[in-house]
Amino acid sequence: MNAPKSYRRKLDLANGRVDLSHGAGGRAMAQLIEDIFHRAFDNDWLRAGNDQSAFDVAAGRMVMTTDGYVVSPLFFPGGDIGSLAVHGTINDIAMAGATPLYLSASFIIEEGFPLGDLDRIARSMGEASRAAGVPVITGDTKVVERGKADGVFISTAGVGRVPPGLNFASDAARPGDVVLISGSIGDHGVAVMSKRENLAFDTEILSDSAALHGVVAAMVAAGGASIRVLRDPTRGGLAATLNELANQSDVGFQIDEEAIPLKPQVAAACEFLGLDPLNVANEGKLVAIVAPDAADVVLAAMRAHPLGLESARIGVVVEDPHHFVEMRTSFGGGRIVDWLSGEQLPRIC
Amino acid sequence: MKYVDEYRDGKIARTLAAAIAAEVSPSLEYHFMEFCGGHTHAISRYGLEDLLPPNVHMIHGPGCPVCVLPIGRIDTAITLSRRPEVTLCTYGDLMRVPGSKGSSLMKAKAEGADIRMVYSTLDAVRIAEAEPHREVVFFAIGFETTTPPTALAIRFAREKGLGNFTIFCNHVLTPAAVQNILDSPDVKLLGTVKIDGFVGPAHVSTVIGAKPFRVFAKEFKKPVVVAGFEPLDVMQAILMLVRQVNQGRHEVENQYIRAVTELGNAKAQALVAEMFEVVVSFEWRGLGDVPDSALRLRAAYESFDAEKRFGLVSHPAKDNPACECGAILRGVKRPRDCKLFGAVCTPDNPMGSCMVSSEGACAAHWTYGRFREKNARVEAAA
Repeated sequence: MNAPKSYRRKLDLANGRVDLSHGAGGRAMAQLIEDIFHRAFDNDWLRAGNDQSAFDVAAGRMVMTTDGYVVSPLFFPGGDIGSLAVHGTINDIAMAGATPLYLSASFIIEEGFPLGDLDRIARSMGEASRAAGVPVITGDTKVVERGKADGVFISTAGVGRVPPGLNFASDAARPGDVVLISGSIGDHGVAVMSKRENLAFDTEILSDSAALHGVVAAMVAAGGASIRVLRDPTRGGLAATLNELANQSDVGFQIDEEAIPLKPQVAAACEFLGLDPLNVANEGKLVAIVAPDAADVVLAAMRAHPLGLESARIGVVVEDPHHFVEMRTSFGGGRIVDWLSGEQLPRIC
Repeated sequence: MKYVDEYRDGKIARTLAAAIAAEVSPSLEYHFMEFCGGHTHAISRYGLEDLLPPNVHMIHGPGCPVCVLPIGRIDTAITLSRRPEVTLCTYGDLMRVPGSKGSSLMKAKAEGADIRMVYSTLDAVRIAEAEPHREVVFFAIGFETTTPPTALAIRFAREKGLGNFTIFCNHVLTPAAVQNILDSPDVKLLGTVKIDGFVGPAHVSTVIGAKPFRVFAKEFKKPVVVAGFEPLDVMQAILMLVRQVNQGRHEVENQYIRAVTELGNAKAQALVAEMFEVVVSFEWRGLGDVPDSALRLRAAYESFDAEKRFGLVSHPAKDNPACECGAILRGVKRPRDCKLFGAVCTPDNPMGSCMVSSEGACAAHWTYGRFREKNARVEAAA
């Protein structure tokens, strides 16, 4: 894949733009891959220059997941589409209690996209993947004509290994189980919205985008198979996650509004945007359904981790053939926490 | 959150709930209509029902701008949006309101119509300015609260000399609707809707003031308490209404003194009066043709009137015959009395307008309150 060095002009990261030749399979593409992606993700697998990467697997259960990222804007307070594409896929693996091992990354880039922005996104991805200890070992690049995409779309896939004896399943919640959350809700959605063209408002809120496999490992060490289900409440927020689990486990939930961590700035932004924070996306939080006798030790393990300092017990699983998520409001009355109807916020991740 | 949390304090709510429980007469049933969707939403969102004694009944009124817009007007907007030169700007909650034959603005958008959701009338003006080759139409709906922002948009468009900005006007008037309800056979003759008092509009009253409601207190002998949209506002208003009923008074009281004055916002009223005039009659979903209940642009401003520019004619269209939105908007029926409710009509697939807006009685009950029926069934079984 190495282009002859002597004919090569350096990529113009200051003013250059992606053009159709960067996706055409020729020297320009080779240079883009090498100078931007290989440099950002640098590892032995990529240096080998194959169209795929080989790795050994241990005996036992593996998990695999894939996710597309179309967030708008591409750069938002607390992250960007690159770090998000690493964290999101790692988290999907981690929710199985698994150790994430390897990632792939596929880029669909719009003609005219600034090379400098692409470089910034790739470097952010590289940093996120190194910080998480999960390398990007294979990838792909496509360029489409102007107007056929919006800047850049990223797909990442990942594989991970499940520790023996764990089998987290979305139908495993049982009445009496305890619901835990690893911190405040709605941060990601509000951070992204604050930079939307037609909304832009000033806030100090950062996206909570983070890789959660470290917290999960601590939880698994503490609670093991007493943990029934883990979920990261991304699109649709906590409300969607609990409603999904209620349906899949054939149970209901009784949660307590006062117990749910919520930053005052997020509450304020939701207030004037007319959103319910329960519906707003998170990218660095998890919900755990845990057997009652293990709840305290799992909660303590979450709180001992830097990404779970504000973890809280927010409710219990109850028997309910209607699968309602009921909430005691901080005002004192009861209400349902329902799925969101329609589209609250396109392209949040 | 300062200036908000104070009005959602659970401790004060319990104190007010205790006061209401202590003051209601056990031999009386109290029926209060909250006119506004904002109140309906607060009642459902905070579970106020759980804090009220069983003989205090809240009836949801027609004050949800999306809900009262007749199907014919939605159809007109959809037709307009399909014109190739038109960019239709709308508030988000109109997107999913069903028109005739299963159509909606959301579906028209998916089919290629240039429909854009905006958060402010000024966003629509900005679009008109940035895209001079497009005919930008703002789908103007709402009560007295949203009319001044529409008027401001027209003023800015005129100052900027924008020839490509118009509005499709559907602004309606609150007092006319209250009058219509009180004059309706359901209330006056048949007694199918019992109303002992009104929780009066919050935001509408910031514009028009508390004064316009005096006539209802006097002529129809109904107490009115103008109240804010926070749950403690509503609780306090209910307590004030209970006291008026107990003491045989029927006055206009203002609970929302932090925002509402007797005469309202004179500047906003003047701006609206300069541009708009009252139309003889306007169709409301649920209430039918209501005299003097809506606004249109004055002749001097007709160049901003999309109906004139595009020669639009709205045709009346029939609701689904099983849909009870009309009766629900008049307070005759409750959401659970509708056969469609929760069966084929849900917020994901709304048949009627009350299921679309979060301020609609059906959507509020479905989204926040439908577990109560489960409890009722359990109690009935036990």
